[in-house]
Amino acid sequence: MTTRLRILDDGAWLSVDDTRRVSVSELWRLDSTEFCDCDLADLVVENFQAVGVDGPTVEVRVYGQCITCGTKSTTGWIPVGRIVDGEFTDLERESVLSAHSEG
Amino acid sequence: MPTDVENWKSEVYGNEIREHLFRFAEEGFETIPDDERDAWFERFKWWGLYHQRNGQEGYFMMRIGTPNGVLEPGQLRVVGEIADEYARGPGTNPIFGESYADFTTRQSIQLHWIQLSDVPAVFEKLEANGLSTQQACGDSWRNIVGNPVAGKDGQEVIDAWPVIRDLNETFKGNDDHSNLPRKWKVSVTGSADGSGQGDINDLAFEPAYKEIDGEDEVGFNVRVGGGLARNEPRLARDIDVWVSPDQVSDVAGGLSALFRDNGDREDRYNARIKFLVDEWGPEQVRETLQEEYVDFELRTAGRDVREEYTYNTGEGERNDLIGVHKQKDGTNFVGLNVLVGRMGADDVLELADLAEEYGSGEVRLSQRQNVIVTDVPDEELDDFLAEELLEHYSPDPSPFMRGSIACTGTEFCSLSIVETKNRQVRFARWLKQHVDLPDDVDEFHIHLSGCTASCAQPQIADVSLRGMKTRKNGEAVEALDVGLGGGLGDEPQFARWVTQRVPVDEVPGAIANLIESFAAERNEGESFRAFVDRHDDEELDAFVEPEETDYEDPMMHNTKMTWYPYAEDDGMDASPPTPADD
Repeated sequence: MTTRLRILDDGAWLSVDDTRRVSVSELWRLDSTEFCDCDLADLVVENFQAVGVDGPTVEVRVYGQCITCGTKSTTGWIPVGRIVDGEFTDLERESVLSAHSEG
Repeated sequence: MPTDVENWKSEVYGNEIREHLFRFAEEGFETIPDDERDAWFERFKWWGLYHQRNGQEGYFMMRIGTPNGVLEPGQLRVVGEIADEYARGPGTNPIFGESYADFTTRQSIQLHWIQLSDVPAVFEKLEANGLSTQQACGDSWRNIVGNPVAGKDGQEVIDAWPVIRDLNETFKGNDDHSNLPRKWKVSVTGSADGSGQGDINDLAFEPAYKEIDGEDEVGFNVRVGGGLARNEPRLARDIDVWVSPDQVSDVAGGLSALFRDNGDREDRYNARIKFLVDEWGPEQVRETLQEEYVDFELRTAGRDVREEYTYNTGEGERNDLIGVHKQKDGTNFVGLNVLVGRMGADDVLELADLAEEYGSGEVRLSQRQNVIVTDVPDEELDDFLAEELLEHYSPDPSPFMRGSIACTGTEFCSLSIVETKNRQVRFARWLKQHVDLPDDVDEFHIHLSGCTASCAQPQIADVSLRGMKTRKNGEAVEALDVGLGGGLGDEPQFARWVTQRVPVDEVPGAIANLIESFAAERNEGESFRAFVDRHDDEELDAFVEPEETDYEDPMMHNTKMTWYPYAEDDGMDASPPTPADD
C-alpha cells in the first residue's frame, strides 16, 4: 500500500493521502544545534520545504524562525508522524522534536 | 523533475476542467476519488474555485474576475443575488453576518461557502450577465488590473479600458496561454496617478509618450517581474520597451509565451517570472522577446509620467480613489470606503440600487478593496451622498478606516497563519476612537496579510502587518510582524520589517505609540513615509512599542486549528459535515 505525501498550498500544508494533516504556524520546540544557538529552538513553522520518509516515519524539512533568538533558516529532517497500517498518525509535536540532516 | 502540480496540469488543465467540474457537481462532491482530491482541487482553481480550508470540507471560495474592476450596469446586483442565495454556510461571521462579498486587492470579487452542486447554476447566472470565474485563480492570466476609472478619469493620459478589454478577450480561454508555470498578473494603466499599481505585477503597461515621426504619441512603457509573495518582493523591471495601444496584445502575448516556455516548472517557489528576470536581467528579457516572440521592431521606452504618481505613495493628493472626483464627461465618480473590502449581501444589493438611481448603474472596484459609483451628475450628488448606506460605506472616512486592507485570513484560507479581516476591523475601530493623527495627515495605510503570500499587499503600506506566531505567558498566540514606510510612486519602496512577533492584542497599542512618536518627532509637514525613511531600523523598532491597552482580541488562540474561528464550538471535532448534494 502506498501513501501519498505532498506539500500543498504553496508550502502551507503537508497532505497525506489527499488530506491536509500538518500545517504551518505550529510552534515546535526543536532540539537542533544546527538550526540556531539556543539550547532549544522555539520554532515557528512558516513553510514546508520537503517531505520524505524514514521507514514508517514521515519527516519534513521546514523553513521557519526561532522566536527566542530570531534565527531564520531551513531545518534538517524533523519527524511529524508515522504511517501505521496505511494510516497517518500524528507524532506528539507539543513535546521536544529532533532534527537530523540525513535525508 | 516536474512538480505534482505540473503533472496534474499535463493531464487535465484549462478549459477542459469545466466538464469535469460540472460532472462532479452533478454526481456529488463525494464522487471525487479520495486519491484525486489534491489534483482536482488544484485544477478547479483555474475556474475560480478554491476548496476552503480544513474543517470546511466541501465548501469553496469562488473568485469572479472583473477586468479592471469594472462592473457594468446590473452586474453588481447579480453578484449580490448570487452572494445572497449561494454564499451561505454553517459559519456566521459576527461582524459581517451570514452572507457577504469580498472585494479584493486585484479588483476581483470573492464569495465563500459555495457548494460544488451549485456551481453550474452560479456559472449560468454569471455568464448570462457577462461575468466569469474563468482563470480567476490558477496558473494563467489572472484578472487584469488598472486604474478602475479608466475611460472616465479626468486625470488620465490614455484610456486603457479598451486595451484591457481586448487583452481579456484574447487571453481568457486561450489554449496557448492557459497553462503557464505559475500565475500571471497583468496591470494596464492609462492614468497619471499610478493607480494600476503596475510595479507589483508580473507585467505592467504604464502610460508613456514616444516621439514617432516627429509627433508625440501616447502609449505604454513595459515593465516585467514585479510581485510581493514569499518574502521575495520585487518591483517590476523596466525592459526599455514602448508600445502603441494596438501593439499591447502582441507584446503581452509574447511575454506570456516567453514565461510559458522559460519559467521554472520544477520548483513552484521559483516559478514566477520575477525570478526569471532576476536570472536573466531585463536586457535578456528584451532580447528574447524581440528575437523569438514578436515579429516587429520593438521601440525603446518612452517618456513616462511616473513622477506624477500619487496612488498609495504615502504623501500628496489622491493616495486612493475615495471621495468625489470629476469625470471627463462632467459627471462624478464617488469612491466609497469598504472596510477590509467586505460588504454584506444586503448592502451589495442596496448599493446596486443606488448606483442605478443616481448614476448609470455601473460600479467599479479599486485595488484598495473599495467601490466606486460612477457617472453621478452634479445635480444628483447631494442626494446620493445623503443616502444612509453611505454612513457605513463613507466617501469621507476616518484615515484608519480608509487605510485598512486585509486579506482573507484563517477564516477560510489554507495559507494564512492568523485571523485577519475581523481583527483589522477591530484595529481600525480602536484606532479611530483612541488615536489622533497630526492635523495635516489625512491618510494612513495599514495593510494586514495573514502570511507571506502578501494578498493584502503589506509591503506597500505605511504600517505593514504580517501573520506570525509567538508565545505570551508561555502560551502560543497569534502575532504580527510590523513593517514601516512602504509605498509606491516614482520611487517605490517596500516596508522595512522593524519589529517582529508582536502579540496581536498589543498591536493597536504599538501603532498608537508609533503615531505618538511620529507626531512628536516629525519635521514640519513631513509625511510618515519620509519620517520612516530618515530613521534606521533600530530607531523605528523603538517607536513601535508594543503595549496592552483596553483593546481585547478574542482570537488570540491558534485560529488555524479551528474549523471556523468565530464559532461557539470552534474545535476541529465540531466541523460541519460535507454539504449534502442537492
